[in-house]
Amino acid sequence: MKVSVTMSINGRAETREVEPRLLLVHFLRDAAGLTGTKIGCDTSQCGACTVLLDGVAVKSCTTLAAQADGCSVTTIEGLAQDGQLTALQEAFWARHGLQCGFCTPGMVFAAREILRTNPSPSVAQIRHGLEGNLCRCTGYQNIVRTVEAAAADPRVAQQIGGAR
Amino acid sequence: MTTTTTSAPARVFGSGIRRREDPRLLTGTARYTADFTLPGMLHAAILRSPHGHARIVSIDTSAAKAAPGVVAVFTGADVNSALQPIPCAWLLPNAGLKTTPYYVLAKDVVRYVGDAVAIVVAESPYQAHDAVDLIDVDYGALPSVVDPRAATEPGAPQLHPEAPGNQAFHWTVAGGDIDAAFSKAEVVVRERIIQQRLIPTAIEPRGAVAQFSPATGELTVWNTTQNPHIVRFIMSLVTGVPEDRLRVIAPEVGGGFGSKIPQIQGDFATVFCSMKLGRPVKWIETRTENYQSTTHGRDHVQDVELAATKDGKILGLRCTVWAGMGAYLSTAAPGIPTILHGLMLSGPYAVPAVKEDVYGVYTNTTPVEAYRGAGRPEATFMLERMIDLLADATRIDPVEVRRRNLLPAFNNGHNVVTGLTYDSGNYQGALDKALAHVGYDRLREEQAAARATGRYLGIGVVTYVEICGLGPSQVAGAIGFQGGLWESAIVRFHPSGKAHVFIGTSPHGQGEETTFAQIVADELGVAVNDVRVIHGDTENTPMGWGTYGSRTTAVGGAALAVATRKIKDKAKLLAAHLLEAAVEDIDYADGRFFVKGFPDKHKTIQDIALMANVAWNMPAGMEAGLEASSFYDPPNFTFPFGAHVAVVEVDPETGHVELKRYVACDDCGPQINPVIVEGQVHGGIVQGIGQALWEEAVYESNGQLLTGTLADYAIPRADLLSEIEVLSTVTPSPHHPLGVKGIGEAGTIASTSTVYNAVIDALEPFGVQSVRMPLTPERVWRAIADARKGA
Repeated sequence: MKVSVTMSINGRAETREVEPRLLLVHFLRDAAGLTGTKIGCDTSQCGACTVLLDGVAVKSCTTLAAQADGCSVTTIEGLAQDGQLTALQEAFWARHGLQCGFCTPGMVFAAREILRTNPSPSVAQIRHGLEGNLCRCTGYQNIVRTVEAAAADPRVAQQIGGAR
Repeated sequence: MTTTTTSAPARVFGSGIRRREDPRLLTGTARYTADFTLPGMLHAAILRSPHGHARIVSIDTSAAKAAPGVVAVFTGADVNSALQPIPCAWLLPNAGLKTTPYYVLAKDVVRYVGDAVAIVVAESPYQAHDAVDLIDVDYGALPSVVDPRAATEPGAPQLHPEAPGNQAFHWTVAGGDIDAAFSKAEVVVRERIIQQRLIPTAIEPRGAVAQFSPATGELTVWNTTQNPHIVRFIMSLVTGVPEDRLRVIAPEVGGGFGSKIPQIQGDFATVFCSMKLGRPVKWIETRTENYQSTTHGRDHVQDVELAATKDGKILGLRCTVWAGMGAYLSTAAPGIPTILHGLMLSGPYAVPAVKEDVYGVYTNTTPVEAYRGAGRPEATFMLERMIDLLADATRIDPVEVRRRNLLPAFNNGHNVVTGLTYDSGNYQGALDKALAHVGYDRLREEQAAARATGRYLGIGVVTYVEICGLGPSQVAGAIGFQGGLWESAIVRFHPSGKAHVFIGTSPHGQGEETTFAQIVADELGVAVNDVRVIHGDTENTPMGWGTYGSRTTAVGGAALAVATRKIKDKAKLLAAHLLEAAVEDIDYADGRFFVKGFPDKHKTIQDIALMANVAWNMPAGMEAGLEASSFYDPPNFTFPFGAHVAVVEVDPETGHVELKRYVACDDCGPQINPVIVEGQVHGGIVQGIGQALWEEAVYESNGQLLTGTLADYAIPRADLLSEIEVLSTVTPSPHHPLGVKGIGEAGTIASTSTVYNAVIDALEPFGVQSVRMPLTPERVWRAIADARKGA
């Protein structure tokens, strides 16, 4: 049995006939060919697969593609426009908030979610907001600094607000 | 004849510039192994043993073969006649090493949960995984043993007929007169230390995409590896595909920490499927497969004795180590608890005598490999723990005990008792800086005041030295490493003055595309952005041995520096010719070669690049082009060092450990990019803290891995940590062309013992001297409760 699923991914409509059990992350990677979203575990711990579903950060490994039917999805490929990084991506770059890069797409959305729900987070709130995303390279310190820097950058609030 | 290239900043070496890797990583355009899709590609999934130890009585694959989308199912019977067993590549000499065949798919017996039994190839990954569940294996269960010490006892289950008593090897190191040390000792402290088993947990799991062309006999493998050239070498031995037909590509690689050094069953099984079917095949492990079957680290039982005088001077260290190897010897496994551990036993201290026996032991567990630090954290922990016990026994402050034993500063070689020659060190200097920054004396006062109010602060101090920059190839041969340990680099200037660098080593997150460009930019005065660093593809990079042991900059960076200086030498000759001056009269500064005293009479490196490439006017005998290569074999290892301080608070009612401060002062020599160095230090420290407080691979006695998912195996999270304060001192290596030593593992080597010592220090009022790691709230609480009961 297959079901028809249509979603807007990074502003482009994608329709596929898929198995009902197909995970959103596999829809994005294998059906839509957007491999920027990563898979690091099978149990929803690592957060590498985090994307935006109707503007809210979700783990796409615990979401069925069918659940996203009719929704709008933003993946890491959908952030930078014409090669211009968003201010939040820029903050990751400036603060050395990534090393191997594998957790990074998920981290960018986790950071965005922190700032979407709380534009001026404390360090403790930032650390709490990152707890669902695992990084083995950075020890998180520069990711925390990244979010602090992004919170202080008015362009970030503007860009998040615009996409909300 | 000039180009439009902008000139570089004054000194790019030492500048914390942004990484060149990041834009592709931040935009989802980087390609990791799992991201490759080839036309006609099939997907593989592996059936793994659910038993720690069992005979395979029969395998029925008929239902799996008939399942939708399934193209083929292979078992050991198919694979093992075509492929050689997976070789161990560190054949430790003079240790009675007993290697045993590690089949790509198990033959007759499975020896750990996760041992590969069969591989299914299907049109989609879902179909492949579905069909794995349809394979019917009849196992005859055998008894398991998972503890390395228990495995050596009489009557223990035996894993391999080739290795009686489960002994893989018995290695010893001795220096000085250990019996005399203990006979004249005024104080002897003893401890059994359990270095628990850990799982490296690179966030990218392992995997491979294999493409074999039956028409040409060419095999291409995209692989999650730290060392593509070693993969090609070993892949060729196992598959029989000649090295000239075998291309290995490490595309973007998502962390390794040692777990991507070895070639594992899944890599070879995937290649076999592609060779058999003539189609591309992709296999990406699940996290549980990663935990069950990709390599683990540590797993030592250490019985340690330290002999000293009553004023805290160390006389000797004697220990016996049972090192769990897992069910088979992984690629580099035998060298880790021996060469990389035993030779570092004296640490940064003047230790007159050491003696260590290391028993490598087969157990029904996942094979052990390098894990960040690899042997050195286990040595540092042993020594630093014993020194704190000595401090306790002699009632001397732990910092003072260290001061009384630290080697004095040296800058050009110091021979230590294990036979190594450390390159340079200033251990007191690093300790002084860390203690001054943290305010050690004031902290001790705060601790005393807190105790008076029923709060338990603990302070842990560690000084360490590590061995990096592996290493002289002649030494590699002498210690049984089945390869060289040199590195290579090619620097190629194009007519426009832009350059490509091709390196044999293979960074995967450490940022050498940036730091290596900084090396060239600094030497030749070009802009960093004009130098592009290529790595990871055996087809277009020179041979190299890979990224591990903090060696990429320490050895590969040296190769690059030498190649760059060859470019400079040639450029100077050509400049002299073009400027019609004697070469002795040419000076170089900031990217310009000029006639001494006439700075206007000059050629830029870009001018030279163009003239060398068009070759219209070359000196007699000079070849065209501006390209140089270097094969750099280091004359010695490098020995980074430092001092770390941790402050914790323990809640005696819950056993919870709060990290209050962490100060690291590391010395890796001159820093090419201090921002990247700091990032390495952060990450390393946090991994080591993970071992101290949270991480352990737990096996049930029947060989079941109880921590087989990220829900059960507790790697550090952001909310559990606090700010790390990073300091450094700079002591160049005397033998490295740039003086650099390596920084990839330092944090992990120091932080486990630093945090552990801090927690035990906090528990001092309760009389607790030892708690098994990780120091979970339950363990700490029980230790306090037991101590209270005993009191």
